[in-house]
Amino acid sequence: MIDIQSVSKSFVTRDADPVHALNEVSLEIYDNEFFTLLGPSGCGKTTLLRLIAGFEAPSSGVIRIAGSNVAALPPQKRPVNTVFQSYALFPHMSVAENIAFGLEMQNAPKSLIDERVREALEMVRLEGFATRRPAQLSGGQQQRVAVARALAPKPSVLLLDEPLSALDLKLRKGMQSELKRLQRETGITFVLVTHDQEEALAMSDRIAVMRSGDVLQVGTPRDIYDNPQDRFVADFIGESNLLPGAALGRDPAKTIVVRPEHIVVSPASDGARGHARGAVSAITFLGSDTLYEVVLEEGARLHSRSRGGAALATGDMVVVDWARDVERELAN
Amino acid sequence: MGPNRTYLLIAPAMLVIGIFMVLPLFLAVAYSFMTANPYGGVTAPATFDAYLQFLYQRDFDDGLVFSPSYALIILRSIYLAIATTAICLVLGLPVAWYIVCQTPERRRILLFAVTLPFWINTLIRTYCWILILRDEGLANGALRHAGIISDPLPLLYNDGSILLGLVYTFLPFMVLPIYSTLERIDPRLIEAAHDLYASRAAVFRRIVWPLARPGALAGATLVFAPALGSFLAPDLLGGGKKLLIGSLIQMQFTSSRNWPFGAALSTVVTVVVLTVFVIRSRKAQEERR
Amino acid sequence: MTGAKPFDWRHTPGLSAYTALIFVFFYAPLLILVIYAFNSSRLVTVWAGFSFKWFVAVANNNSIRDAAFNSVIIAIVATIASTAIATAGALALERGRLRFGRSAATALIAMPLVVPEIVVAITTLIFFSGLGMHHGLINLMIAHTVFCIPFALLPIQARLRDMGGTLEEAGRDLYADEWRLFRRVTLPLLLPAISAGAIMAFVVSLDDFLISMMVSSAGSTTLPVYIYGMMRLGVTPEVNAISTILLAVSIVFVAAALLVGRRNRFA
Repeated sequence: MIDIQSVSKSFVTRDADPVHALNEVSLEIYDNEFFTLLGPSGCGKTTLLRLIAGFEAPSSGVIRIAGSNVAALPPQKRPVNTVFQSYALFPHMSVAENIAFGLEMQNAPKSLIDERVREALEMVRLEGFATRRPAQLSGGQQQRVAVARALAPKPSVLLLDEPLSALDLKLRKGMQSELKRLQRETGITFVLVTHDQEEALAMSDRIAVMRSGDVLQVGTPRDIYDNPQDRFVADFIGESNLLPGAALGRDPAKTIVVRPEHIVVSPASDGARGHARGAVSAITFLGSDTLYEVVLEEGARLHSRSRGGAALATGDMVVVDWARDVERELAN
Repeated sequence: MGPNRTYLLIAPAMLVIGIFMVLPLFLAVAYSFMTANPYGGVTAPATFDAYLQFLYQRDFDDGLVFSPSYALIILRSIYLAIATTAICLVLGLPVAWYIVCQTPERRRILLFAVTLPFWINTLIRTYCWILILRDEGLANGALRHAGIISDPLPLLYNDGSILLGLVYTFLPFMVLPIYSTLERIDPRLIEAAHDLYASRAAVFRRIVWPLARPGALAGATLVFAPALGSFLAPDLLGGGKKLLIGSLIQMQFTSSRNWPFGAALSTVVTVVVLTVFVIRSRKAQEERR
Repeated sequence: MTGAKPFDWRHTPGLSAYTALIFVFFYAPLLILVIYAFNSSRLVTVWAGFSFKWFVAVANNNSIRDAAFNSVIIAIVATIASTAIATAGALALERGRLRFGRSAATALIAMPLVVPEIVVAITTLIFFSGLGMHHGLINLMIAHTVFCIPFALLPIQARLRDMGGTLEEAGRDLYADEWRLFRRVTLPLLLPAISAGAIMAFVVSLDDFLISMMVSSAGSTTLPVYIYGMMRLGVTPEVNAISTILLAVSIVFVAAALLVGRRNRFA
């Protein structure tokens, strides 16, 4: 278990004020879970990962791994391995030498090293590539070597820094399930850093959503999707309509959050009541779905996404409606 | 790497250069305020004589007589260094631009060809021009053979031959920094300018030259500084008759045996050169903002 | 269709001819020297047939042999010393934490490149004579080490910068301590650059004339200083031959440095 307590990190810059990359962040990451730090670039997620790995020291706060404070431990003494964004494979070593490196540095016996290298290669399905140099591998293969190298010493935590960002879409999808499988098979805690919310939702047991150095919300993917506790989370994860309370004739101090797919748009002439009335201002065909943009009478704008298409045209007067239990009310 | 180990690793470089290069510079400043020993070296007492020598000479009664010959040598050296810099800029800028426009493979070859002279002995590169320019040399021989002249032209041992030698020696120093700034220009900038109706000349004036300027500035310092203190071109191609600071300094430690004056001259050169470098790095920092 | 070439901003009319001319300016004088070196006539400019005899004469000249020996000894010592110092310095500058003094260190290391050679030459002379050090060869080795440092440092520093710190972070993450990290990761990756730096230092030392002339004493004449003495006496075929040899050595070494320096992609 990784226990992060009130950790702050600021960087001293040459001229301006120090940059606060993390503000009093507290988090608990459990054993054997796939945990994701999700947020836009500059939110502090990579900094937090580097603090756990030991590449940087926190300005204040405590990090415990498996119960012991790791403040004084350099990276080479932490039971944590990293899969780097650029893979950072040693170009002068073969695939097998790369994978063996961590075990060698731990002075593991030769027989164990050989066995683990073989295991690791098997695990990432790269048997037969042992003697290749990294430069002779494709991007996807290099990525697998990076994972195998980090897993071979059997760390208690594996840190993954945007590991899939350099791969094209198709490979990325494949690697997502591969990583998920590896996590389940090895039982090692995975901590993933990503800015891709779909990736986070697809892979994680739990997600921490971060923005500008703060953790906004921690929860399971479903929890975060269905119950965003913050306007930013609601907007960043999936798509959301953030409607001012006044536009729906409710408390003006509240914002109502509704997902586009939950909103039903029907012609005003049908006589339905719904939550509000408005006019269709744009229709976008998305293949299986159709996206309607509606300008409400009170001025707010919302999107509705529906399967198939109602017989609506731009300019039609409509009524928008949704089930009360799919909406979330947030303070402004 | 912790601070202690860092300082331990940097220490040898700083000590060696500090002791054997920077300390001697200060020692030379001290020597410039001493009295010359006719057998070389210096003796007491401390005086300003060395600096007075720039403009005055001592006559037989030990009085000071205005004599600008050394000052003129200094001015001529500065003038030739500036002329060298200007010629190198004019010659080098198109070459840098040409190389930037080539394919990466050709660029590498051309860059190597520009860099190579830098690694070849200046002594030998300068000597080559003696072979060409002297009275029995290639140029005069060819002209005589073609029947254009009957008596050899005095191509060697004048300001022109010195300038030629200086440009020949330092031209690579101008091409390389300009190239490395031009290389960083996004080609789309050029395309965008042409797209907005700019002619070749306008693109050069409004886009290429402004972006090349930091490199040109760097190149200018890299040419000016060594040109000012150059010894070989004036010595071999100027025939030692037309003195420049470099050969004047060298003389003070050999035939003239006037170490304080040589030290004073070299102090002046160092101050000029360091000032030029400091101004340039200030300017470069400003442009980066 | 017209016959006009399509517009290409990369192709400025006349520029390739101009550049070719500049390269002729760079290399024609050297070529002329080499051709003259193989001229059998003692009258350098009159071609009298191809001959190796001046090279033989140079090889049999004891003074030239001694000077060449001095040059090589000095260059070897200066190369080893300056490359070791430069490697340590580059590591400190690129990987170390220099809270203060980074710009001072950078400026100090650049000094030999900035200060005009004649100034370095006479200040070094003043320094050694002030200390009463009159050991020709040793003085030269020290002086050469100093100005070779920045030349050795540049390629090493550039390589460290290109590498970035990630590979070393990966090594630390995989339990390597500082020494093994250096031996197993940093050093092997740096070796091509170190070799390139060493070769550059060697060439710079071998080619140095002005500083050597001022610092050397009777027994420690280096090859360029000796050649200069020959040149002062006039143009002779021997000068052409020995100059050609030195020229060839420089070109071979620089080409080697380039090839070695480029061999770092591990494809």
